[in-house]
Amino acid sequence: MSLDHPVHFARRRRARPRIAPIAFLTPFMLPFLLIFVAPIGYAVVQSLQKVERADGLFGAPTTVWAGFAQYARAVNDSDFVASILRVLLFGIVQVPVMIGVALVLALLIDSQSARLKSFHRLAVFAPYGIPGVVAALMWGFLYDPRLSPITAGLATIGIDPNFLGPGQILWSIANVVTWTYAGYNMIVLYAALQALPGDVIEAAAIDGAGPVRLALQIKVPLIAPAIVLTAVFSIIGTLQLFTEPQVLKTITTNITSTYTPTIAAYSAASANDYSYAAALSVLIAGVSFIVSFGFLRLTARWSVTS
Amino acid sequence: MTPTAPSALGPRPVNARRHGRLGVGGVTVNVVLLVATGYFLLPIYWLVIASTKSRSDLVSSFGFWFSSPQLLANLNELFTEQNHVFGQWMLNSLLYSGVGSVVATILAACAGYALAVYSFRGREAIFSLILGSVLVPATALALPTFLAFAKIGLTDTYLSVLLPSIISPFGVYLCRIYTQAAVPTELLEAGRIDGASEWRIFRTVVLRLISPALVTVFLFQFVGIWNNFLLPLIMLQNDRLFPVTLGLFSWQSQISREPQLLLLTVVGSFVAVVPLVITFLLLQRYWRAGLATGSVKG
Repeated sequence: MSLDHPVHFARRRRARPRIAPIAFLTPFMLPFLLIFVAPIGYAVVQSLQKVERADGLFGAPTTVWAGFAQYARAVNDSDFVASILRVLLFGIVQVPVMIGVALVLALLIDSQSARLKSFHRLAVFAPYGIPGVVAALMWGFLYDPRLSPITAGLATIGIDPNFLGPGQILWSIANVVTWTYAGYNMIVLYAALQALPGDVIEAAAIDGAGPVRLALQIKVPLIAPAIVLTAVFSIIGTLQLFTEPQVLKTITTNITSTYTPTIAAYSAASANDYSYAAALSVLIAGVSFIVSFGFLRLTARWSVTS
Repeated sequence: MTPTAPSALGPRPVNARRHGRLGVGGVTVNVVLLVATGYFLLPIYWLVIASTKSRSDLVSSFGFWFSSPQLLANLNELFTEQNHVFGQWMLNSLLYSGVGSVVATILAACAGYALAVYSFRGREAIFSLILGSVLVPATALALPTFLAFAKIGLTDTYLSVLLPSIISPFGVYLCRIYTQAAVPTELLEAGRIDGASEWRIFRTVVLRLISPALVTVFLFQFVGIWNNFLLPLIMLQNDRLFPVTLGLFSWQSQISREPQLLLLTVVGSFVAVVPLVITFLLLQRYWRAGLATGSVKG
């Protein structure tokens, strides 16, 4: 912190800066603690409880402490474990593909030969502004054989893509997610490319590096921290996967009520199984936090050493 | 006058080749870009075309071209269906996004300013707590918030969606670093010596200096709330309180029973995107500023 302590200067009314920070902070901190922090604490408490009914199903419910029973239940819940493995598989394929697409597009738009740069930039970024629900609805219509000109076109050349089939649906979801967020990542990487010092690029060009070598051997290594950052945020997004599968669930039976961890937690809450829902959301939030915190620590150390 | 030669001091080598003299590589670059742009625009293009069609044309005519357009009739039906519920949803979305993002921006500006200019005990601890919560994604937070609101009976109200929307830890973070960079301490001192109150200095001097950061916070929050799905889905039962995303989802889930909702879902999706596209195009430069926080020059 380079700023000086204002109290050194405010000689005339010393008490003022003591009250001012409280007055400026409280309007944020009060709702922040009550609506943001407290529910997390309450979820942790609730995840350690269970509801017991005195006389079978119809007795009066009482809440009792259950220790880590709900967490044990989650670990032994084969549907929940399957949902974690599913988003893992999804992330291993979708994140590299999306970041790859974003990187290639950023490099192409940054290249000298590209025309209509701002048009391309805007067109690729536009899906980011479209609500996830609407994006999933649109692609759902394009996947749906009753409506889709794409499936109709493919059918005339003898291909039945069956986008909503049991084997394809995960990748159809991956396509919606890639379509929505590739442009966002492209803009971040493009901004990093624009910030590269011009003399480095020019020196490489004068030394005879062609545009491809320039891109792969000079530009990509220089923006590596930005690439890592976009990848980390995409991995965190993958752990939260909810909207796209939940919307596509309305047009296919191949998405179950435990398809992703977040859908599983939502289903538990909808079934009034609050303690289990709390345990699942604590697990999801905890894992996301640890992953992002770990990666940020790692990249911070990396950018200091490089 | 001949054009000036590329200067060694210039930011980038000037493109010497003009239109019409692209090599094989240059043609490839532009073809790939056009194909990619086509992929990103195709679903939006389909939606625009589909919104103008009649029910029978929607399923029978070629999807990527117009067939006896009747957009106005469709819009009229959209807005009158189920006792004008769609208009209500759009207004709800505007209310949630508008009020939520304005309040969130004001709170973030105040808190960011306090964390930037005053030193007091516990400041770094508070800042770490806020920074840590940037890493807890909204989706993971929606369920705990629901469980807590269910306990105090706050679910299924406007407040149940609005209250969680007024908190933007990312906004506080951005306002703090922006205030540190853009507001000189001397200026605050000058104001104090002139006898201005802390609040007046903040309102008249600081807010103006950090306004680019405020626009960015507002925009991200506005679009974030508009696009939010899980929170309203889990909080709301009464369809009169739905934001437009949840309303469209509820129509989509009923299509198998009420097939006439298919066309309305298509037209409604189109209408729901329009306000965002307008905001988006008008405030483009703020987006880029926000996305590249600190990493881009000018």
